[in-house]
This record gives sequence, C-alpha cells and structure tokens, in this order.
Amino acid sequence: MIRVFRLLVLLALVWPTLAAASVAEDTQTAAAGLASSNWREVAAALETLAELADPAVLPALQALQNRRLSFDEDGRLYIANAADDTYRDALSGEPVTVAEDALTAVPLNNPVRRILRPVIAQLQIFAEDDKQRLSAAEELAQRPNPAMRETINRALEQEGNAEIERLLNIALATLDLDSESAERRLEAVKLVGSVRASRMKPRLQGLLAQDSDGHYLEPDQRVRDAAETAIAAIESRERTAAFVSDLVFGLSMGSVLLLAALGLAIIFGLMGVINMAHGELLMIGAYTTFLVQTLFATFMPQFFGLYLLAALPIAFLVTGAVGIAMERGVIRFLYNRPLETLLTTFGISLILMQGIRMVFGAQNVRVSSPEWFSGSVQIMQGVSLSTSRVGVIVFAALVVALVWFLMYRTRLGLEVRAVMQNRKMAASLGVASNRVDMWTFGAGAGVAGLGGVALSQIVNVGPELGQGFIVDSFMVVVLGGVGNIFGTVFSALGLGVASKFLEPATGAVLAKIILFVGIILFIQWRPQGLFALKGRSAAD
Amino acid sequence: MRTPLVIRFLALHGRRGWIAIGLLLTLALVVVPVLNLVVPPESSFHIPTYTVTLIGRFICLAIVALAIDLIWGYTGVLSLGQGAFFALGGYVMGMHLTRASLAEGQLPNFMAYMGLTEYPWFWFGFESFWYTVLMILLVPGVLAFVFGFLAFRSRVRGVYFAIITQALTFALMLLFFRGETGLGGDTGLTGFQNLLGFDVRDAGTRMALYSASVIALALSYLLCRFVVTSKLGRVLIAVRDAETRLRFTGYDPLTYKLFVWTLSAVLCGIAGALYVPQTGVINPSEMAPAQSIEMVVWVALGGRGTLIGPLIGSGAVNVMKSWVTQNYPDLWLFFLGAIFVLVPLLMPRGIVGLFDRVKRRKAA
Repeated sequence: MIRVFRLLVLLALVWPTLAAASVAEDTQTAAAGLASSNWREVAAALETLAELADPAVLPALQALQNRRLSFDEDGRLYIANAADDTYRDALSGEPVTVAEDALTAVPLNNPVRRILRPVIAQLQIFAEDDKQRLSAAEELAQRPNPAMRETINRALEQEGNAEIERLLNIALATLDLDSESAERRLEAVKLVGSVRASRMKPRLQGLLAQDSDGHYLEPDQRVRDAAETAIAAIESRERTAAFVSDLVFGLSMGSVLLLAALGLAIIFGLMGVINMAHGELLMIGAYTTFLVQTLFATFMPQFFGLYLLAALPIAFLVTGAVGIAMERGVIRFLYNRPLETLLTTFGISLILMQGIRMVFGAQNVRVSSPEWFSGSVQIMQGVSLSTSRVGVIVFAALVVALVWFLMYRTRLGLEVRAVMQNRKMAASLGVASNRVDMWTFGAGAGVAGLGGVALSQIVNVGPELGQGFIVDSFMVVVLGGVGNIFGTVFSALGLGVASKFLEPATGAVLAKIILFVGIILFIQWRPQGLFALKGRSAAD
Repeated sequence: MRTPLVIRFLALHGRRGWIAIGLLLTLALVVVPVLNLVVPPESSFHIPTYTVTLIGRFICLAIVALAIDLIWGYTGVLSLGQGAFFALGGYVMGMHLTRASLAEGQLPNFMAYMGLTEYPWFWFGFESFWYTVLMILLVPGVLAFVFGFLAFRSRVRGVYFAIITQALTFALMLLFFRGETGLGGDTGLTGFQNLLGFDVRDAGTRMALYSASVIALALSYLLCRFVVTSKLGRVLIAVRDAETRLRFTGYDPLTYKLFVWTLSAVLCGIAGALYVPQTGVINPSEMAPAQSIEMVVWVALGGRGTLIGPLIGSGAVNVMKSWVTQNYPDLWLFFLGAIFVLVPLLMPRGIVGLFDRVKRRKAA
C-alpha cells in the first residue's frame, strides 16, 4: 500500500517535467504572451491558455499565483524556486542560472487572479491526486467559465470520485442556467435539484423572482416549476443534514455523559454506594492523561501521537488504585449507612480536589490532542464534526463493551452480580463478598479514569473538572435505573440528544434546567428509573 | 385530655434548661449590644460591629442547621438542597432591599443593561416590607411543599431523595446564574442601603439585625423542640427508624414528612432572609450543591437528632472556617474534608454523642 502510494507521489512529481519536455507549439506561443508587464496582455494570454487546456503550463500558472513567475527581455519565463534563490525554466522545468535583476515579475492583480484560478482548476482537474482534483472541482463549481465546458465534460467522463463528479455537475449546471435555451435551463435546474447543492439555492430562488412589473425573470413556466421542486429538495436535504448533525452531536454529548456516569453506575448501581468523589476520579483520570502526555513529550517525542493510547491503561490503574484505597480505607466501614457514605465520600472529594490544586496549581493544565485525534470527520454531505466529538462516541462504545465483558463474561462479574442480588446467599455459597466489594469499587473507579482520559480531550482539565459532572452523572444513573448498565447507556445518550435538540429553542442552560426538572418529575412517576429491575433484587 | 399549650411550652425544658436559655439570651441580647454600642472602641472589652455581624451571620446559619436536623436528624430524610431554600429566602429579602435602596422608578443597573424599562412581573410588590415577609415564608415553603409532595408521595427516599434535592438546588443555581432570569445573574443582588428607612450599613441597624437573628434562632429552637417533643415528633422518629412498619400501623408518613420538610424549608428561608442584609449580597453560588452538603456536615459534626448538636456543630465549623480561611486558606478544604471523613467513622453521633459517652462512663 505504502509502496504504491510512494510510486504515485513520484509520478506526480515527475509527470509535469516529462510533459514539459514536449510542450506543444501553440502552447508555447500562448505562454509567451504571459511575458508582459501589462496585466491586460497577461489576462488575454490566460484566456488563450484556458482554451488550449495544456497541463504543461500548470507549474507556470501556479507560480504566477504565488508571485514566483518572472520573465526576461527575451520573453522567456522563469519560476523562482521556493527553497532557495535559484530559478528554473517555466515550461521545461530545467534549472537555469539567471541574474535576478534581469527579471521582471509577471503582474498579478485581482482581475488576473479571477481568470487565473479557474484556469488552474481546469488543468488540475486531471491531476492524479484526489485532493488536488477536489479543490479544482470546488473552484470550477464556484466560478465556472463557459470556455471550460469541454474540459469539464472530458473530466466528467474520466472521473471516478463521486464528490468530484457532483461538483463538476454543479459547474455545468451553473453554466447552463444562463443558457438561451429553455430546455437546457430546465435540464440544469433538474440537475441542481438532483445533486441537492445548497450553494445553488440563491440562484434557483433568483429564477423565481419577479421584476418590478410582476413579470418573472425566468420566462419559462416549466423551469420555474422545476426550480421550486429543486429548492424543496435542497431544503429537505438541509433539514436532514441539520438533523443528522444535531443527532450525532447529541450522541457525542451523551457519550461524554455516559463515560462520566458509567463508573458511577457500577459503584452506585451494583453496590448501592453513593460516591460523591466520583467526579474527582474523573479528574484524576484527566490529570493522569496530562502526566502521560508530559512524559511522552519529554522522553519520547517521536511517539507523542500514541500518548493517548498509553494513558488509557495507566489512568485505569491509577484511578482504580485510588478507588480501592478509598474502599479499603473508609467506605467498607460504612456499608450499612448509605447517607454517611455520601458525606464521607464528599469529604474525600474535597481532599482530592484540594490536593490536586496544591500539586498542579489552581489553573487548568494544557492537554493537547494528538494529531490523529484533531481535525474533523465528514459524516455526510454538509455535516462534518471534529474527530474528538466523533471519537468519543466510539470510545464510549468500547468502554461499554469492556464493562459488559467484565460483568457478564468474567468470574468477577458473576460474583459481583451474585453479591448484588443477595449478599448473604452469595456469601454462604463461598463468594468472598468483602473482596468482591473491593474489586467492584476498583473497577468502577477505573472506568471513571477511562472517562477522565476521554474528558481531557474535550473539556478543560482543572481541579474543578469533576464538580461539573457529578450532578449530571447522578441524574444519568437515577434516570437509567440503578443496577442496570444498559439503562445508563440509554439514559445518557437520550439526555445528550434531548438537550441538543432542546438547545436551539431554549439555550444550553435552560435546556439543562428543563431536563433536570423533567428527571425530577419522571422519578415521581417511575421511582426506579427507566429500566427498573424486577423481582427480589428490586426490593430495598 | 389535651394539655394547655402554655404548660406544654413550659415543659419543653426542665428548670436548668430554661435558666441556660435565659442566660444565653441575656448574653446575646444584652451583653453583646452593650459591649458593642456602649463600651468605647478603645476598651479591650469592645466588640467591633464587624464581629457582631459575623456572629449574626453564624446565628442565621445555625437556624439552617436546626432545620436540617429536624428533617435529617429526626425524620431521617437527608436533603442536599437546603441551600436552595436558604438562598431563595435571601433572594426575596435581596429583592426588597434592592427596591427599597433605589428611588421610585429607578431600576438596578443589571436591569438597565438588559434594556428593561420596568421591573419584571415577579418583582411586583417587593417595595412593600410586609409583602416581602410573606414571600420569605411562601417562596421556599411552596416550592418545598410541591417538591416534597411529589417526592414523598411516590416514596422517593434515602439516597434517591438526597440526589434529587441536589439536582433541585443545582438546577436553581443554573437558573439564577442566567442573566436573563432577571435576578442579577452571577453577581446576584447587592448594593443594599435601606431597610425600613434605616441604613443597613449602620452600626445600629447591624445590631438590630443581629438581635433579630438571635431572636429568630431562639424561636426556631423552641419551635423545633416543641415539634420533636410532641406526639408528632414521635411519629417523625418512627418514620426515621421504621417507615414501613409505621405505615402498616395505620399512619400515613406522607403528611408528617411533608409537614416537617416544608417547615424546615421555611426556617431555611427565614435564615437566608436575615443573612442577606448582614452580608450585603446574595448570589447564585449560595445554591451550589457543595454549600448544601457543607450545611449537612454541621449537623453531623454536632450530633444529629439532638437540636443542641447542630447549634454546636454549625458554630464550630463556621468559626473554624473563618479562622482557617484567613490564616491558612489552602488548608481549609483539607480540614473540611477531614471532618466529613472522620465524623461518620469515629463519632457517628457527633460531639453531643461524645459528651454522652463520657458522661455514661463517669456514671458507670
């Protein structure tokens, strides 16, 4: 795969040089027109080159765009190399030595730029590299030129990439919208409608406009009808795109909530312990990520991109150890007194928070996402979200899978569920319920640490990180139903999506308040949450 | 046969108890004012107004501690949202102080920034002191009644109840943080000057506010004492210790819990209303969940289910807080955290429980 890629790159680099060796006669004549200090002459030369559509002049034109194209008294064109002060011949690409003061720059002003850009695009549309072709198609769709119809048609025949085809079709349709023939206009409108190009909406709306006498600007009724249909199609696509975008964003918010709440669901749901220090476990997970990042940056910067992966097991172990220490040191003495556990764990949270503040300072620390985790992902046409937003959904799914595996496919999980259902019975059957408690608490805390790693990529990492999530996390667990991991998943994702869909109408804060009030009311109606356990284990 | 109320009232305490109450009240209502207002500032016996106000604020917080003890210590309902009722009472008072401090037709700055030309509807009537007093009782009371009715009716209890009360105060905090809510956003209400024609920053007014707090605390204490020693109090303790059994014997816990829960919220509201003119500001941070939990630890430290304990606990924690945060600001959260961790582990019945144990050991 990599070898093929290298070959392609090599080809792309060599190809223009090969082509330049046999530059066609008329291309050379037309290119010579560029050697002028009068921009009108340059523009005229560009028009001719546009008709010839010879890729050999592409380097020269790109050089012109970057103000690197000059000519000497003989009308020979030179490109200034970007790396150093040397020059090469604009058409053949061969290195040449030339005195700098003998050269005059080819003038570049806005009118020239306007002509230049589509000409470059027209040439680039045949490039090997998908990205180059895409940007060329983008340019053509934005500013199509009637002279390029032929080229675009040719490019369409060869093109295999759907997105580029779409853009080229838009370019053609844009040209045809100005056509004299009503038939062609009709075809163009239909085409625009079928590719659902949002950017064409104003043009189509223009067709429906009336002049001051009440006459339509577009004389043909069929074209107007088609335009209306096309606008409707475009708008429906826009609505779908907005919906999908909201949905994915909401799922992403829900995944964040889920990662924050999952550890709590294990500890509260399975053990009945209210762990008010849960937020601080998230915070410790995030700070562990920070430390791992710093270690990578200091000792092995070449592997920096991998720090996030390394942080996962480390954060799991660190927070798990903190959790086990809490359970062994304090919580196990308070198992039959849930309200006291609540207060005690709140005290632990204060101590952890202040401890972190004294070690790392009260300010936020900087956690930078690795390169592969920044940037954005296109989900569908017109919808792209940042990679970290989408990544957190995937990560949440993995963590849920991990928890499911732990609970339903391991010995520990079996024992945990046994103790949860009936502590005394499990103990009499030989389950060391004391130790099970310890490991459950450790696992719940470790999962919180994993959540902390994910949060470090999305929110600011500071001593108060956990405080912002604690109430939300409890709401998720209470809504989902205690002792039910999948209830937690549903309620977290549901809350995320619901708040995203409420937001446009109410604003983020009011959306949250509405959801809280909703949950409080919901609990009145179903005190056991969405997915209540049935049978004996549900009794309190 | 019903005992006349006066006799019931006098029976709240034995002779020694009444003497202690009388001595404390004399100390608070005669000695402190004299030392503040009569004794000249040069004297080492003089109590500065700053200290009087500080004590006045602690006394307001002690009322909150009593209220929490009433529902948690006696009824077994842990609320992590009493700060919300406290702040609501405070906001009601703050709204009155804001209107009273501004000339007729003048709006507070934050409303002018919002482009309002007149007070929003819920500010109606707050220029009247007596309307404000009514609202101090009604706003927390009605909210608590509705919330409590919904929660207790569907038998939400224990940690569940604690969590949803926390969500309640958190949601209110978010609501009050919004500038558009019309209550000053994150700065809250401040810049108070005038209360019933007196300047709230004046030493005399401060003393009056302090005295009002002392009287409110004394009355709250007697009221709580009355409740917990009455037959109603027995039922409350039964709710705490065996709610299901109580239900099976024909009592409906809903009425009892709802009554004591609403009463507790009203007491918190009164405390907030007295607190705000003494601090000079009320903002949404009073509704932060952590504030409410801190209130609970006063009761835990002092000893719940004793009424005296919460008074000791809230006094101890707050005096310690103002001393530690002044001298070792970084260490305060460690202190507070340690109290939270150690009290349930080492002295589950609080300071009062500790005294009892010592007493019993002596007796044995």
